[in-house]
Amino acid sequence: MKFGIVVFPGSNCDHDAYHAAKHVLGQDAEFIWHKDTDLKGADALILPGGFSYGDYLRTGAIARFSPVMKEVQAFAAKGGPVLGVCNGFQILLEAGLIPGAMLRNRSVKFVCAHVDIRVEQTDTPFTGAARKGQVLRIPIAHGEGNYFAAPDVLAKLEANRQVVFRYTTPQGEVADDANPNGSINNIAGLCNEKRNVVGLMPHPERACESALGSADGLVILESVVQSVKSGVLVANA
Amino acid sequence: MRARVFVTLKPSVFDPQGKTIADALHSLGYGGVEDVRQGKYFELDLATKEAAQAKKLAAEVADKLLANPVIESYRIEVE
Repeated sequence: MKFGIVVFPGSNCDHDAYHAAKHVLGQDAEFIWHKDTDLKGADALILPGGFSYGDYLRTGAIARFSPVMKEVQAFAAKGGPVLGVCNGFQILLEAGLIPGAMLRNRSVKFVCAHVDIRVEQTDTPFTGAARKGQVLRIPIAHGEGNYFAAPDVLAKLEANRQVVFRYTTPQGEVADDANPNGSINNIAGLCNEKRNVVGLMPHPERACESALGSADGLVILESVVQSVKSGVLVANA
Repeated sequence: MRARVFVTLKPSVFDPQGKTIADALHSLGYGGVEDVRQGKYFELDLATKEAAQAKKLAAEVADKLLANPVIESYRIEVE
């Protein structure tokens, strides 16, 4: 299968994502510049982390208007799997592909650390190879990952099982101490209603080889390889 | 005309930066400052000379880009 990795001015995890897809997973991968309007035949898209447009105005606020985003929206609308990591997640939120918004971390500090996240849902293209309740140790690196949604939106997200990952203790217990940024309901990652668009603040692409301290992120990328190869998009299941 | 757009977090949204600033002021002895909310301020220089049109345009760009309606609201002044 082929990964398309969207590169915005200021993306800085694009090469990490490319390396994980191409060299660790052995799949095809190609960069897609944000001014491109052709997704180059990608089967799955990754919006990588970084600081698109220098995080000016709000994280992801300007990148969401990049020309490629129309194609990303159309790809997502057709059920194509889209993964937003960190700044990529923030862009998905600004674009309205996933509801809610990010606030400054409650500590007001940029947090760079390995955290534990629990897989809440396995019926998305990015978690199909994981176990429900599985705890993954994956690094975060962000200053604005304090997820917020209005109470009615949050209730709907929970009812629809759109919370895909939650910050927990290593034992998989939701606890305030295990919440690195103040996210409401310890939310680390979400999907859209159709479940084919997933965003998360932790960086699975930086945790795909044990030499990097953890290979727990691999299951997220392996899931989409399986999903695409099986030819059955979870969104249509 | 010039439009001034003030973007602030909605009252229901926690403002970690505002809280930090308030804490700093308290530690500086300004106990009389009960709370601080941080926001953003934009000055837009507009081609139009009509206030109504200026306000409409400023609101449009605020809705589209300057403010995120999930967490923020805005106020516009034109002159």
